[in-house]
Amino acid sequence: MSEQIVCKNVTLGYEDGAVAENLNFTVNKGDYLFVLGENGSGKSTLVKTLLGLTGVLSGEISGSISHKEIGYLPQQTLVQRDFPASVREIVLSGCLSKCGLRPFYNSREKALAQKAMEELGITDLSTRCYRELSGGQQQRVLLARALCATGSILLLDEPVTGLDPMAAADMYAIIERLNKNGITVIMISHDIDAAAKYASHVLHMGENIFYGTLEEFAQSEQGRDFFKAGDTNA
Amino acid sequence: MLDKLNTYFQFSFVWYALIVGVLIALCSSLLGVTLVLKRFSFIGDGLSHVAFGAMAIASVANFTNKMLLVLPITMVSAILLLRSGQNTKIKGDAAIAMISVGALAFGYMLMNIFPSTANISGDVCGTLFGSTAIITLNKSDVWLCLVLSAVVIAVFVIFYNKIFAVTFDENFAKATGTNANAYNLLIAVIIAVIIVLAMNLVGSLLISALVIFPALSAMRIFKSFKGVTVCSAILSSVCAFLGIMVSILANTPVGSTIVAVDVLAFGLCCAVGYFAVRA
Repeated sequence: MSEQIVCKNVTLGYEDGAVAENLNFTVNKGDYLFVLGENGSGKSTLVKTLLGLTGVLSGEISGSISHKEIGYLPQQTLVQRDFPASVREIVLSGCLSKCGLRPFYNSREKALAQKAMEELGITDLSTRCYRELSGGQQQRVLLARALCATGSILLLDEPVTGLDPMAAADMYAIIERLNKNGITVIMISHDIDAAAKYASHVLHMGENIFYGTLEEFAQSEQGRDFFKAGDTNA
Repeated sequence: MLDKLNTYFQFSFVWYALIVGVLIALCSSLLGVTLVLKRFSFIGDGLSHVAFGAMAIASVANFTNKMLLVLPITMVSAILLLRSGQNTKIKGDAAIAMISVGALAFGYMLMNIFPSTANISGDVCGTLFGSTAIITLNKSDVWLCLVLSAVVIAVFVIFYNKIFAVTFDENFAKATGTNANAYNLLIAVIIAVIIVLAMNLVGSLLISALVIFPALSAMRIFKSFKGVTVCSAILSSVCAFLGIMVSILANTPVGSTIVAVDVLAFGLCCAVGYFAVRA
């Protein structure tokens, strides 16, 4: 069962209309999938659909992973910016789904949170207040929380948006390391350079949907346009 | 001064007022952090005005136990308000403002059309500012308050981690399979119970103060959710205790004195937080 997520002829959207049609792609264990596309091309809707927060209009999503097993790194919300919570409390909250009806975390879940914090090098921050951390540190905390919720697949929604270049490079390095350790990564992004560097597969949303490996994408029409635009920027 | 206190403490109603006051303050501070962070600070205001309207209906209809009508009506409004926060044509703050002034107007109108006592403005003032109700409590009121407070505290402790997760990041909680809507509903019901309880203490105009001041004060000093929650509970209880004592000694209205103490505590916490950062 290496096919973790399989999308077949999926139409994304809400009651008042489709956002993206005819989506076909497969995520295998260990993949590093970049989801590219302009604003409004349906990336956020894809996230919600993969997480099971919105249903599909037609088509089918299957695979060995249920949406509850996906470790999700959301975009930051306003509420979180002044939220009084320690790093440890937030990382631990990633274990919530493992609790079920049990009201408190057990020692296994606490150990899991500890391990996630070690993995991301934030153990020394564990008693610090979330709102006092830098943007890069905050993202690492949320990534540690996502790791608590999953051992197999991460869904990252623009994880480097708003980070300075150093912190962004750090974040990419961490994600690459996790991916090398066998965790599947789905990354929603605008960053074409990072896609060229790290991706194994690319899903490009928009009028012409493209899905394939990075090499195929570089050869395709959309990909060529994309990389050309990137070159002129550089 | 001690003599005066000694004399007062021989009356059971003073003890009742202290017990009920501290318990209510404790309960209302628990959810304060969640409500402030979810931008629902004013829900306390809105709901308490609904409770005021319901109270007016209950007195006009001559209910012996007004709670039986006030509690369900307030709960339903709380559920509607928190649900409308998510997706309707009238957004959260507008919905709260609408329900709150609407209920206030209808309540006042009803009380004037069907006056149950000769002193209407006194009645209204009492319900709005909670002046005398707290010292006219009888034993069954105290028991009711004890039981409801115990339930509120127990529910809060049991669901503490869930409430934290849903407040911090509703989307993440939903994505990992937590039923966030159910917990929002739970929060709405608890807050309705607290508000109906607190009406006796500070009246329906000042309830928001009990809900938000302790939370805001604690947030100045503490950095973890647990720290903030525990601190706001303790702070709120202490302020309620001091407020009631002062009001007994200085003959001031109970509700507004408690709120005044809360405001002072907030100022103190701001100062402490400011110097803690500097040091």
